[in-house]
Amino acid sequence: MSDVTDATTGKRAPTPDDALRIADSNQGGPVLAADGRPLKRSLNRALRMQKLRALALIAPLLIFVLITFIAPIADMLFRSVENQIVSETLPETVVALSDWQPDGGELPSEKVFEALYVDIFMAQERKLHTRLGSRLNYELTGMSSLLRKSGRGVKRFDTDIYTEQFTALDPSWADPATWVAMMADKANRDALPLTARSWARWVDFLEEEGDDPAKEDVEDFLFTTLYSDLVAGNTGGATDPRIAVAADAVGGFETVSLRDQFKAVDKDWVNPEVWRTILTYSPDYTSGYFLNAVDMQQGHDGPETRPENQQIYVKLFTRTMFMSLVITGSCILLGYPVAWILANLPMRTANMLMILVLLPFWTSLLVRTSAWKVMLQQQGVINDVLVWLGLVNDSARLVMINNQFGTIVAMTHILLPFMILPMYSVMQTIPPSYMRAAKSLGATDWTAFWRVYFPQCVPGIGAGSILVFILSIGYYITPEIVGGTTGTFISNRIAYHISSSLNWGLAAALGTILLAVVLILYWAYDRIVGIDNVKLG
Amino acid sequence: MKFTKTLMATTALSMTAGLANAEDMADKMTLVSWGGAYQRSQVNAYAEPYKKLHPEVEIVWDESSNEAVAKLRAQNEAGNITWDLVDVVAADAMRLCDEGLAMEYDPDELLAPGDDGTPASEDFGDLIVSDCFIPQIVYSITFGYRTDMVGDNPPDDICDVFDLEAYPGKRSLEKRPINNMEWALLCDGVAKEDVYDVLATPEGQEQALAKLDTIKDNVIWWSAGADTPQLLADGEIVMGSTYNGRLFSVIEEQGQPVAMMWDAQVFDLDGWIIPEGLPADRLARVKDFVRFATDTQRLADQAKYISYGPARKSSAPLVGKHAELGIDMAPHMPTDPANSKNTFLQNYSWWADYRDDIDAKFQAWLAK
Repeated sequence: MSDVTDATTGKRAPTPDDALRIADSNQGGPVLAADGRPLKRSLNRALRMQKLRALALIAPLLIFVLITFIAPIADMLFRSVENQIVSETLPETVVALSDWQPDGGELPSEKVFEALYVDIFMAQERKLHTRLGSRLNYELTGMSSLLRKSGRGVKRFDTDIYTEQFTALDPSWADPATWVAMMADKANRDALPLTARSWARWVDFLEEEGDDPAKEDVEDFLFTTLYSDLVAGNTGGATDPRIAVAADAVGGFETVSLRDQFKAVDKDWVNPEVWRTILTYSPDYTSGYFLNAVDMQQGHDGPETRPENQQIYVKLFTRTMFMSLVITGSCILLGYPVAWILANLPMRTANMLMILVLLPFWTSLLVRTSAWKVMLQQQGVINDVLVWLGLVNDSARLVMINNQFGTIVAMTHILLPFMILPMYSVMQTIPPSYMRAAKSLGATDWTAFWRVYFPQCVPGIGAGSILVFILSIGYYITPEIVGGTTGTFISNRIAYHISSSLNWGLAAALGTILLAVVLILYWAYDRIVGIDNVKLG
Repeated sequence: MKFTKTLMATTALSMTAGLANAEDMADKMTLVSWGGAYQRSQVNAYAEPYKKLHPEVEIVWDESSNEAVAKLRAQNEAGNITWDLVDVVAADAMRLCDEGLAMEYDPDELLAPGDDGTPASEDFGDLIVSDCFIPQIVYSITFGYRTDMVGDNPPDDICDVFDLEAYPGKRSLEKRPINNMEWALLCDGVAKEDVYDVLATPEGQEQALAKLDTIKDNVIWWSAGADTPQLLADGEIVMGSTYNGRLFSVIEEQGQPVAMMWDAQVFDLDGWIIPEGLPADRLARVKDFVRFATDTQRLADQAKYISYGPARKSSAPLVGKHAELGIDMAPHMPTDPANSKNTFLQNYSWWADYRDDIDAKFQAWLAK
C-alpha cells in the first residue's frame, strides 16, 4: 500500500487515473470502495459517466459535422466507383452476357438479345433506358442515342406474332388473370424460368403504378419469353395444362429473330464494341472513373493510356500543384514584409493598417476578380499607363490576363490575408529584446535577423502556407474568370463534370484524387516541418 | 321535406367539390430562369399578367437555370423537388428528359391552340425537339463586331472570324466545342449539310481543331454570356460570339459602336420543362400557368422586352415595338428574313451522343 501513501502525500493532487493505476498494480486482492464493490469497477463507472457527459456536450457538433460534412463527402467519394446502374437496368442481359467471349469477334447469342429485349422493355416502361444511355455514353460515343432509339423501338418489335400464335392456340392466353393464376404456382415458375422472372418484374412495375396485373394486357415480351422457355424444353413439371399443349405446338411456330429486330432499330447493336462496353461496365463497381481521371481507359487487354489528344487530367493536376506552389511562394514574399511592419509599428498605427489588410476580406470575391480583369486586360489600366509612359508600344500591349500570369496575380491578391494574419500574430509574440540582445552580442543586422528573428517566424509562415496552398488547390471561380486556357485548375473540370456533363462519377474520382494529394502533402509537411510547429496565433 | 334535405345535401356536396377543385391548385410556384434581362421579360410578359388573373398565387423566381440539370438531379436524388417549372435550353431539356428528371407531356393537351386555332403541336412544329420540352423562344448564337475597328470593310461572312489578315485583333468564342467546331468546318470547305457527318469522324474532329488552331492565339474564351458584350464594349476584341439578345442590348440599349454579323448564326431554343414527380396540386397549378404563358399573345408579348423570337408560328405577326425604346422589334429577331439568310441548325441529338467524346478532345486541345 506504499503507492497510496506516495500518491496522497505527493505534491501533485491525486487523479482518478492514479487510483486506477494503483488498483491495477495492487497485488494482494481487490481494493474495495466504501460500498464494498471493487474500487476499480466503481471508479470505471464514475469515469464512464464523466466521459459520457463530455461526449454528450460535444455531441451536437459531432452529429452536425457527421451529417453535413463527412456523410456527403463519403457519399460523393463513393460515386467514383459505383456502377450499379448497368446491372440494375439490364439484369437479364448482364447475366446472359457473362459467358460471351468478347475477343472472338462474334456477336452475342440470340439468348442475349432476348434478355436485352426484356430489359429494355422494362427500362423504357420505367424510363430508365436513357439514363443508362447517358452513363454508357461516357465510355462509348453513341450509346446515348442507341438506347433512346431502342426504348422507342422495342414497343414496335414484330414479336406480336408470338402473341398471336399463342392466343390462336388457346384464347385464354390473352387473359392476364390466367397468367396471375399460372405464375402463382411454383411448379409453373420453375418450368418457365425466364418468363417467371420477367413476369415478376412486370407485376412489380404495375403494382408500383397502382395497376392490377390481372387486368392489364399481357405484353408481347412476355409471350416472347414464354416461347423461349417452351423451346428450351424442361416444362415437364408444369401444372398448367396449357403449357404442355403449347410446348408441343411451339416447334411449328413462326419465329422472329430479336437480333434482327434490334439491328433494324440501330445497326450499332450488331457492333461487338457496344457489347464489349456493356460487358466491361456490367460489374457493380468500376475503376473506369479513376482510370479516366488519370488519362487512362479500360482497353481490350486491361487499362491503357488514352490517346494523346484526350489526355488532360494529369496535366491539370500538375498545373494545379505547380501554380498553387507559386501562389503560396508569392504570398510569402509579399506578405512577410507587411506582417513585419505591422508587428513592429505602434499598436494604434498597426490596427489602422490592419484594416487595409482585412478590407479585401469584406469585398466580394467576384468584385475583386473582376477588378483584376479591368486592371490587367489589354485595354486596361496598367497597359494604358505603360503606353502613356511610352514603355510599351500601343500595338504590342502586354497580355497579362486569361493566362497563368493573370491567375497567379489575382489569386495571390485574394489569398494574401490568409498569409499575413498568421505571420503577424506569430511575429507579435517575438520580444524585440531578442534582436537587441543579438546585436549587443556582436551580430550584424542580417545575422540577427536570419539567425534570431526569422527562425521564430517559421511557425507563422508554415501556418500561412498550409492555409494558402490548400485553399488555392481547390480554387474555382478566380481561375475560371481570369485563367483563360492555360490558367485553369483541376477544380474547373470538376465543376464542369458536376454541373454540365453530369458525369458525377468522374467528378468524384477527380475530387478523391485531389483530396488524397492534399492529405499526402499534409502528411509530408508534418514529417518534414512538423505540424506542432504551426501557429495560427 | 325529404326532398329538400336531399337537395341541400347535393348542393353542399357540389359546393365542396367546387371548392376542392379550386384548392387542388397550389398557391405558390417556384419558377427557375436565367436572371437578368431575360427573366425580366418573362416576369413582364407572363408572370405579372398571370398574377392579375390569379391574385392568390405567389410566384418565386430562382436564377438557377445555368445549373438546372445538376440541381434537378440532386433534388431528385434527395427526393425533394422544390422547383415547379424550369427554363432551360433545348439541349438541357433533352438531357433532363433522358435522365427521367423532366415530365413528358402531350402538346395538344397541355398547351393552348394558336390564336388562329392551329393545334399547339403544329403551331410549335419541329421546335418541340424533345418529349419534355415546351418551347418558348428562338434565339441565336451569332457574332457582333466593333464598327470602329474594322474600317470600311465590315465582316459579313462567318469565315471572316478566321481571317486574321483582314481583321487583326482578338476574337471571343465560347469555351466549349458546340458551334465552334461547326463554324470551323464550314470555313474549312465542308458543305453545310455534311458538317455533322464529317464531325462524326476522328479525322473531321482533327480538321476542325486544326482550323481553330489557326486563330487559337487570338481567341479569348468565354463561359458567361455577359463576357463578349463586355469585351466588345472595352475594345478588347474586334468580334465575338454570344447570344443575339445580349448584342441587342449592347447596340440599342447601351449605344456601343457594335454591329451584328448574323452570318451562319446558330439557332437554338429555350423553353420550359416541368420536373418529374411533382405533387398533384403543384402540377395542376404549373399546367395552368404553362397553358397561359405559352399562348400566342404571351409569347409575342415577351418580344417587347427582349430580342428573341417567339417559338409559335402564330405569334410572329403580333411582334410589336420594344416596350421602352419604342423601336420595331421584328428586324432584331434572329428569325427575321434579312437576318436569317444563312443560318445553321444545331443537331441536338447528334451532340447528345458526341458531347462527352468531343468535349474531352476540345478541352485537351485548349489546354495544350
